Amino acid sequence: MSAVAHYVGEFARRRDTLPGAGNAWVDALRGDAIRAFEADGFPSSRAEDWRYTRLGALERKGFRLAEPGAAVDPDALDPLCLPLEAAWRAVFVDGRLAPALSHLPSGGDLRVTPLADALADGDASLGTRLTPGERRPPSAFTRLNTAFMGDGAVVRVEPGHTVERPLHLLFVTASADAGAASHPRLVVEVGAGASLTVLESYAGVGAGGYLTNALTRIVLADGAALEHVKLQSETDDAYHIASVDVRQSASSRYVHRVFQLGARLGRTEYDVALEGEGAQCTLDGLFLVAGRQHSDLRLRIEHESPECRSEQLFKGILDGHSRGVFDGRVRVHPDAQKSDARQTNHNLLLSRDAEVDTKPQLEIYADDVKCSHGATVGQLDDNMLFYLRARGIDGDTARALLTYGFARDVVDRITDDAVRNWVADALFARLPDAKHLRSLVE
Amino acid sequence: MLSIRNLHATVDGKAILRGLDLEVGAGEVHAIMGPNGSGKSTLAHILAGRDGYEVTAGDVELDGKDLLALSADERAREGVFLAFQYPVEIPGVNNTYFLKAAVNAIRTHRGLPELDAMDFMKLVKEKLAVLHMSDALLKRAVNVGFSGGEKKRNEIFQMALLEPRLAILDETDSGLDIDALKDVAEGVNRLRGPDRAMIVVTHYQRLLDYIVPDRVHVLSGGRIVKSGDRDLALRLEEEGYHWVRDQAAAPA
Ligand SMILES: Nc1ncnc2c1ncn2[C@@H]1O[C@H](COP(=O)(O)OP(=O)(O)O)[C@@H](O)[C@H]1O
Ligand SMILES: [Mg+2]
Repeated sequence: MSAVAHYVGEFARRRDTLPGAGNAWVDALRGDAIRAFEADGFPSSRAEDWRYTRLGALERKGFRLAEPGAAVDPDALDPLCLPLEAAWRAVFVDGRLAPALSHLPSGGDLRVTPLADALADGDASLGTRLTPGERRPPSAFTRLNTAFMGDGAVVRVEPGHTVERPLHLLFVTASADAGAASHPRLVVEVGAGASLTVLESYAGVGAGGYLTNALTRIVLADGAALEHVKLQSETDDAYHIASVDVRQSASSRYVHRVFQLGARLGRTEYDVALEGEGAQCTLDGLFLVAGRQHSDLRLRIEHESPECRSEQLFKGILDGHSRGVFDGRVRVHPDAQKSDARQTNHNLLLSRDAEVDTKPQLEIYADDVKCSHGATVGQLDDNMLFYLRARGIDGDTARALLTYGFARDVVDRITDDAVRNWVADALFARLPDAKHLRSLVE
Repeated sequence: MLSIRNLHATVDGKAILRGLDLEVGAGEVHAIMGPNGSGKSTLAHILAGRDGYEVTAGDVELDGKDLLALSADERAREGVFLAFQYPVEIPGVNNTYFLKAAVNAIRTHRGLPELDAMDFMKLVKEKLAVLHMSDALLKRAVNVGFSGGEKKRNEIFQMALLEPRLAILDETDSGLDIDALKDVAEGVNRLRGPDRAMIVVTHYQRLLDYIVPDRVHVLSGGRIVKSGDRDLALRLEEEGYHWVRDQAAAPA
């Protein structure tokens, strides 16, 4: 059976059990998506967006929608969570909210509605809020997400409110099926002048080899501010495909940090539209891959109005036979005068067999703008290594120190202390030879 | 303590050291002087174990141990310390954890317990004071944003912290103003002791007014061409290196 037929069959089998089944608008949304997927299938390897990231292995896996109900040991979740006193928490197991493991606000400035409830209860207007606009045709993966979305959250901050406590959304795959898939969908709407910090993280505690196919949609009203940290720490044999769509009104601020550390194949793509005058976005990212891991990070940032700012700092660390792809496109539209766009991408190769493709792209159609971009690929510096070793630090620790030194500015830029420490821990757990490092840095 | 015999070394196939002999006993301070390009830094780097130099003949022993068989970090743990002529900036690596890693690596090797955070800070502050350095540098990345003088002070501060058996100072005086020079000399003199040897590489005899050496050697063409006491340094200052070079070239 072809990969496409597999998912179409899977949909026919599971459609009636999906949240919101029987709601005409939900059925229509899902039905349209699967039909479009059936017609277009997976992207061809000739498609520019997929030149460096091959999907053959993913297609052959034929993932099955995860059956809800796998038991998780709460102790196993502990290291995956921010401390309860530091954050609100929603834990999703195999794509479904686990209320017993979650701790969410009841009423107040911040409303977190489980997506499954929203699909079951909500009206058709939710459909438009869930779905990214038409700037770009939906991909095979966003269509599969729409067809199969099980759970996730609709997060809303009322205008003018500052939510002090970060919200942590943890998506964990616990399935014993080494071919389970989950399709989380997240909507974050921050009202005018309101602000919020969201941490979105992904991990696996089950059989591994699974697929996470996530879709996040963010809408920032005038003057809204969102700091959004994503930690992708899936098991090394998992597949993680994600897409983040951000719409920004005037003077809003979107700050994003992505840490792509896990997965056999991890890809996150961003579409950020600076729609309103004076909107600002900062996107920082770090990927860390080893063995046969493949990381792909793609940005499309659209300066659509005057006086917007965008800034990106992306770093990659590659060991073993890993591959990395960075594609950062920033487009300044004709009316977007006084745009300020800066992009930097640095890559560190720890092995001769690792490879990275970096492609910063600036397309400028306005004349009064400030834009810059640059990319580098290099190895650890011999002079620095010698300096550290000449002070008695063994080679492995010296390399780990320099590697962490390369990465740390991306971590240090996280504003919230608890989130920053937690991300640093996740990074240390993955850095080669970082055994002693954690204690040194404290 | 340190014994270098007939050392020959090449870089990229080019012979730099050509039969260098040097004996430095415990408790002694030796100065090595010589014109630019004579191989002073090459010698310092080879003693510290830097890659990229090929030793084609000769041997180096520290307390009877074959130094050339050890890696750079093993040598440092055995007590070799190089104060770099050009200390490298290491962005992203915080000074405090770099120093803590170094101190504890060396302590562990010496069979001493690792220092806890409090004892470590106490030690650091004590040594910083000697060099008239501010503890603000502890929060910064290694050598990043340091002025030339601060970098040199920082080298001597590290030396004071790590208490080496054999210290090699590569032109630590170059680019220092008189106050910094005195601080550096003070740091070095405090460390002089019966079970420590030092090699002070310098271009100018000025440093030797403050760090008075037991012996002075002139390195030229990759060999020690003349050795003497402190007066040799003064004579060099007056007459220049041509004087020794001409002497060395002349048949004995
Ligand atoms: N990495 C290198 N590659 C090639 N030549 C080098 C290298 N390092 C030093 N040299 C050469 O070796 C000689 C000695 O240099 P150096 O030891 O730095 O001298 P000094 O410290 O006495 O000024 C010089 O001719 C210099 O050009
Ligand atoms: Mg030199």
